[in-house]
Amino acid sequence: MKNDIWIVAEQHQGKVAGISFELLTRGLALAAKSGQKLCAMLFGHNIEESGLQELIDRGADMVAVIDAPELKNFLVEPYSQCMLEILRKYEPQIVLAGATSSGRTVLPYVAMTAHTGLTADCTELDIEPESGLLLQTRPAIGGNIMATIKCPDFRPQMATIRPRSTPQAPRLAGRAGTIERLPLPEKAKFSRVRFDRFIPEEEEFNLQDAERIVVVGRGIKKAENLPLIRELADALGAAVGATREVIDRGWLSYPHQIGLSGKTVTPKFYFAVGVSGAIQHLAGMQTSETIVAVNSDPEAQIFQVADFGIVGNLFEVLPPLIEKIKRGEKAW
Amino acid sequence: MRIAVCIKQVPDTKSVKMDPTTGTVVRKGVQSIVNPLDLYALETALQMKETYGAETVAVSMGPPQAIEAVKEAIAMGIDGGALISDRAFAGSDTWATAYILAAAIKQLGHFDLIICGERATDGDTGQIGPEIAAELDMPTVTYVNKLIAAEAKAVKVSRLVEDGAEEVAMELPGVLTVVKEVGEPRLPTLRGKLKAKSTEITSMALKDLELNTSYIGLKGSPTRVVKIFQPKVVRECRKVYAENEGMVEEAVEQLVGFLKSREVLAS
Ligand SMILES: Cc1cc2nc3c(=O)[nH]c(=O)nc-3n(C[C@H](O)[C@H](O)[C@H](O)COP(=O)(O)OP(=O)(O)OC[C@H]3O[C@@H](n4cnc5c(N)ncnc54)[C@H](O)[C@@H]3O)c2cc1C
Ligand SMILES: Cc1cc2nc3c(=O)[nH]c(=O)nc-3n(C[C@H](O)[C@H](O)[C@H](O)COP(=O)(O)OP(=O)(O)OC[C@H]3O[C@@H](n4cnc5c(N)ncnc54)[C@H](O)[C@@H]3O)c2cc1C
Repeated sequence: MKNDIWIVAEQHQGKVAGISFELLTRGLALAAKSGQKLCAMLFGHNIEESGLQELIDRGADMVAVIDAPELKNFLVEPYSQCMLEILRKYEPQIVLAGATSSGRTVLPYVAMTAHTGLTADCTELDIEPESGLLLQTRPAIGGNIMATIKCPDFRPQMATIRPRSTPQAPRLAGRAGTIERLPLPEKAKFSRVRFDRFIPEEEEFNLQDAERIVVVGRGIKKAENLPLIRELADALGAAVGATREVIDRGWLSYPHQIGLSGKTVTPKFYFAVGVSGAIQHLAGMQTSETIVAVNSDPEAQIFQVADFGIVGNLFEVLPPLIEKIKRGEKAW
Repeated sequence: MRIAVCIKQVPDTKSVKMDPTTGTVVRKGVQSIVNPLDLYALETALQMKETYGAETVAVSMGPPQAIEAVKEAIAMGIDGGALISDRAFAGSDTWATAYILAAAIKQLGHFDLIICGERATDGDTGQIGPEIAAELDMPTVTYVNKLIAAEAKAVKVSRLVEDGAEEVAMELPGVLTVVKEVGEPRLPTLRGKLKAKSTEITSMALKDLELNTSYIGLKGSPTRVVKIFQPKVVRECRKVYAENEGMVEEAVEQLVGFLKSREVLAS
């Protein structure tokens, strides 16, 4: 199992996390082009067996696991030592990880030590036909440009992948694959960071799981007008998101922010109200399935990414719209 | 305690606008500023200085005009600064940049803490902090949103993760990257600006550092940017106008029809 494509699977409290299956989607697409095998590494403690099989069911030909108490919580030194051990033992061509709080920490740590390149927060991957090199495409300069990056002379070619930029690989029960268990490397027993405790988010609010989102921008004018947005969201069965302008003014809390410095979302339906469509905002929502916008400015950039737009005053458009949707509800 | 704060000079992306007809970036009149997210790193260092006492140094790698970024840090209250500048450094990717910054930090003497921003708004990778830590063989904690306590040999901090926060303790020396929840950055003061004028800023070039020259600049960088392009916009927007009351009703009608066609509403 040398020269293969590897993903860095993640687990939370022993349960394999969804990002792992998104990475398998990416890995499968590359493996189909290059003919390499797809492998997954997973580090943690008391990892559920069913999770390992699920990685295989969803595309991994091999899963390398290191399960030890030292790996219960993410700590950069033990995790990077485990990853370096995989790099030494299996000499991967490509390593893909999630651009998550842990992936964005451990991958650069490992890339530096292993002396190889790392491309951040990729949204597209491909294999260059002539060279077989990994083409890594990512937004930069606040989403204003896309850059395609290669790592020709160093191995592995490493990239972090933006979460939710691709669907999870489907499960094919009974797919064949192997599981290899490795001991904890000696150096991974040592950490200069100590984990004390985890404090879950107070608000049980996960914008990224919402299938429908109504997003409010500065066009709402003041916090007192927000009930209008809530009413629309309720009528549509949607969650409420916001632009940074709204968050910075304290009208809604940070977990609501969508965009470059907030969450990336891919809902089935995205409804922008009084949102200008700044490039930093678009960076977090462009891949939504259906996009609708209401904005009083016919030139607003949000219309460039929308499927349907109403040019008008939101305070005039929303009340009759809400009423119509609610009336429709009664009719179903 | 001695603290180094890494700051980068970046183009002011707030002034970057899109040309609606060509769909390209308008770069005219774009100014250079201190990476906005590095102001939080500076603020963290200044808070530590106030609470625990510390000598703070701002370190920036960039073209000669990046000295302005270092001066701004001093105007905010940072004690000293260093500019790392050499043509040979141009085109460095994050690996090469971290390699150079780590060498410069070593050269500037012992530091207990190195603080970086979450990411720079131009390159946007957020990789430099953890890479400096790895190069200097130090521990690191990223996405720090709160400094809980500090002592001579350790800091206790909170860091933001996907579904909450983690409290961790890190031995010193170490590297932190901070997010904007650490506290609103203070503004430069008049006194600070005067001090910035009179403070001598250490300048470092290739010859001043212990570096393997095959590991720096464009040539020494493992990654290569091979193509840059504008994000493409593929949707075609059906726009309806609702500029007076009669039109509002018609527009809402059309929107409801559209939502039914996309199965957002039941038809
Ligand atoms: C490094 C960086 C990171 C950033 N990250 C993010 C991010 O993560 N998320 C984000 O959203 N932004 C982000 N921004 C900010 C971004 O550049 C914009 O400033 C922001 O998205 C604009 O928010 P807005 O659309 O609510 O406000 P505005 O741009 O002020 O737009 C308000 C819109 O409302 C319309 N409007 C006004 N009144 C009405 C009315 N009565 N009816 C209908 N429409 C009306 C106006 O025509 C206008 O288009 C970032 C910026 C930088 C520099
Ligand atoms: C379009 C484009 C895409 C790129 N993509 C990649 C990529 O995927 N991988 C890669 O390896 N390189 C990439 N680069 C190169 C990279 O931008 C540069 O190496 C840059 O010097 C540092 O990276 P950054 O801007 O991403 O900094 P970040 O890693 O985002 O910066 C994090 C923190 O490190 C500190 N810091 C960063 N730079 C400096 C500095 N010069 N002086 C002092 N402190 C600093 C600051 O505290 C900053 O907040 C890209 C460059 C471009 C133009």
